[in-house]
Amino acid sequence: MTLFRHLVRITSPRLPFICGSSRRFSAKTAAVERVVSSFRSVTGDEGVSVGSAVREQHGRDESVHRCRPPDVVVFPRSVEEVSALAKICHHYRLPIIPFGTGTGLEGGVSALQGGVCFSLRKMEQVVDLHQEDFDVTVEPGVTRKSLNSYLRDTGLWFPVDPGADASLCGMAATSASGTNAVRYGTMRENVLNLEVVLADGTILHTAGKGRRPRKTAAGYNLTNLFVGSEGTLGIITKATLRLYGVPESMVSAVCSFPSVQSAVDSTVQILQAGVPIARIEFLDDVMINACNRFNNLSYAVTPTLFLEFHGSSKSMEEQVSVTEEITRDNGGSDFAWAEDEETRSRLWKARHDAWYAAMALRPGCKAYSTDVCVPISRLPQIIVETKADLISNNITGPIAGHVGDGNFHCLIVLDPNDPDEVQRVHSFTERLARRALAMDGTCTGEHGIGLGKRALLREELGPLAIEVMKGLKASLDPRNLMNPGKLLELTQTNTEQ
Amino acid sequence: MSARVLVGVKRVIDYAVKIRVKPDHTGVVTDGVKHSMNPFCEIAVEEAVKLKEKKLIKEVVAVSCGPQQVQETIRTALAMGADRGIHVEVSGKDYETLGPLQVSKILAALAKKEEASLIILGKQAIDDDCNQTGQMTAALLDWPQGTFASELAFEADKLKVVREIDGGLETIKIKLPAVVTADLRLNTPRYATLPNIMKAKKKKIAMVKPADLGVDVSSRLEVLKVDEPPTRQAGVKVETVEDLVGKLKEAGRV
Repeated sequence: MTLFRHLVRITSPRLPFICGSSRRFSAKTAAVERVVSSFRSVTGDEGVSVGSAVREQHGRDESVHRCRPPDVVVFPRSVEEVSALAKICHHYRLPIIPFGTGTGLEGGVSALQGGVCFSLRKMEQVVDLHQEDFDVTVEPGVTRKSLNSYLRDTGLWFPVDPGADASLCGMAATSASGTNAVRYGTMRENVLNLEVVLADGTILHTAGKGRRPRKTAAGYNLTNLFVGSEGTLGIITKATLRLYGVPESMVSAVCSFPSVQSAVDSTVQILQAGVPIARIEFLDDVMINACNRFNNLSYAVTPTLFLEFHGSSKSMEEQVSVTEEITRDNGGSDFAWAEDEETRSRLWKARHDAWYAAMALRPGCKAYSTDVCVPISRLPQIIVETKADLISNNITGPIAGHVGDGNFHCLIVLDPNDPDEVQRVHSFTERLARRALAMDGTCTGEHGIGLGKRALLREELGPLAIEVMKGLKASLDPRNLMNPGKLLELTQTNTEQ
Repeated sequence: MSARVLVGVKRVIDYAVKIRVKPDHTGVVTDGVKHSMNPFCEIAVEEAVKLKEKKLIKEVVAVSCGPQQVQETIRTALAMGADRGIHVEVSGKDYETLGPLQVSKILAALAKKEEASLIILGKQAIDDDCNQTGQMTAALLDWPQGTFASELAFEADKLKVVREIDGGLETIKIKLPAVVTADLRLNTPRYATLPNIMKAKKKKIAMVKPADLGVDVSSRLEVLKVDEPPTRQAGVKVETVEDLVGKLKEAGRV
């Protein structure tokens, strides 16, 4: 029985076990078979799967990266089981790939070197809710929507809302963000403590076991070291999160603009006016056109802002009138707003369906989202240059963006079977990332580095910072078992230790 | 309109919880398990509050039957906008055997006492799925009923109810006073906000016993056994059509 189907492309030719593919297959296969029975003794029979369908499900996420299945998938039920399983993997030097909901966008769960996927979905308790302290601790199987459903009677919510109904611990691992980051922040600002299992099975509490002060000055910020580490430093088994009060009132608004510049200028001025805007989303003319066609709407085909205000019912009127005035001063038109839920949903439907509207432009094609983020003042320039690039290279790429953060996505729709188009898109995304870096920005505002942006990370941070990161990685995971090949370039697995 | 609306709210195991049967098979595990307001009761409360916001009715009274804990459920209704609550105290064995017949007697008695002109209930509870309380209450009061409502509107002195039925939608007009039971698409219940939860703490919840209403809560039903559904058996793959026919014959299907 061969558990491997694909030969892994290894960057370094000096790896000891790669001489001759058949020898490598049998060495790896025997090791895996030995450990499967050890795994079963930890989790029980139902907690281990080598079925090909299960492995394939755990070798892909929602990105365009192809499926790279692990050799085994394990389903631990507690942090003690995670630790015991990690110890086994550590002993046999098997790669460990944590898996939450598989909704990532950067290939973070691809098992490049095979190994063991730790599916954490059976750990799905909301462990500890402290209403008066506005904090809650969750296990990795709890998704953001299920947490908010759990909290619905308390008047509290967790506002970070990436597109998918993702695992909250997974969101911590990728430093996820959402449409209301401009008001509530991203995962970086909202994780108070993490329980992490390291590659050797050690259970670490990054801020101390059970601690949840709203602020702290105690020692190195280990919590935020793991936030955004994309499974390369440890397996997150609990996250303590900051909660917020559900807003008393919500108002949504839409406004059209004659140019990208006027839309962004309005955004900056709204923020400067101190309006505590909760969401401010930008859709370009191509995107609006796609939405009109997809939903039978009739928005003016021109750059558009979708806005949302949260607050007390008394403050709504003031927020809306200040904003309306600013948009008018910048040439905005057709300002429409609504407070009741049904009309708000209708107003925002265009923005909610953007991904599907983009895909509907070219049925049968795949969609890929870029993710650069720049200082807000540079947004008009980068969007204008990017649109020109899209047009001159004949790429379908409607733009939707969290303009309050300077973050925008080109929802590129491409035919994966057209090598020329694939190449054009690839070059385009590299140019876009470099354009953002040249403007003091980042190649990834929300989605993470994963597989596809490792080289860009080096350009963005510089070789020194990468060396520091490698040092931290070597300190926490000397055998390089944690999600190898993500975030940092694939390195030689040290089998001599 | 000086109408008063009675809304029944039931405390049930939260819909997201994985239900487990007690080892003695007398029921399901409820200790330490998250409970919340029955989702259809949330929709009923939302509808009543919406009617009050449109100034079509005057007062919303939330009612729940059970032990001390149901006061949490009544407080949630108050946080959503109900004006006051009534806690009908039923505990111990009486609570374990409380069913639609007893609850409908209680609601009928309360409706008369409170001079309510409209009762809105959820169409069924997600724990017993009985779908009987609304209908029984209407019968006891000899009031018209609009069940499985997906739309509710006042038209002069009547209530127009659009009902979800197997064949589609049925629209009826019923006279007040009436009983309405809420179906899924009637509305989207609002989230309770912190300020409203704070305000709700000041609203009144009156306590009353079934005996005060002249209702006997003893049950005429006895639960004999509670079991989980049988675990699904793994399927069998066959290689040929002959194998398939053979297996079907073995199972007595052909």
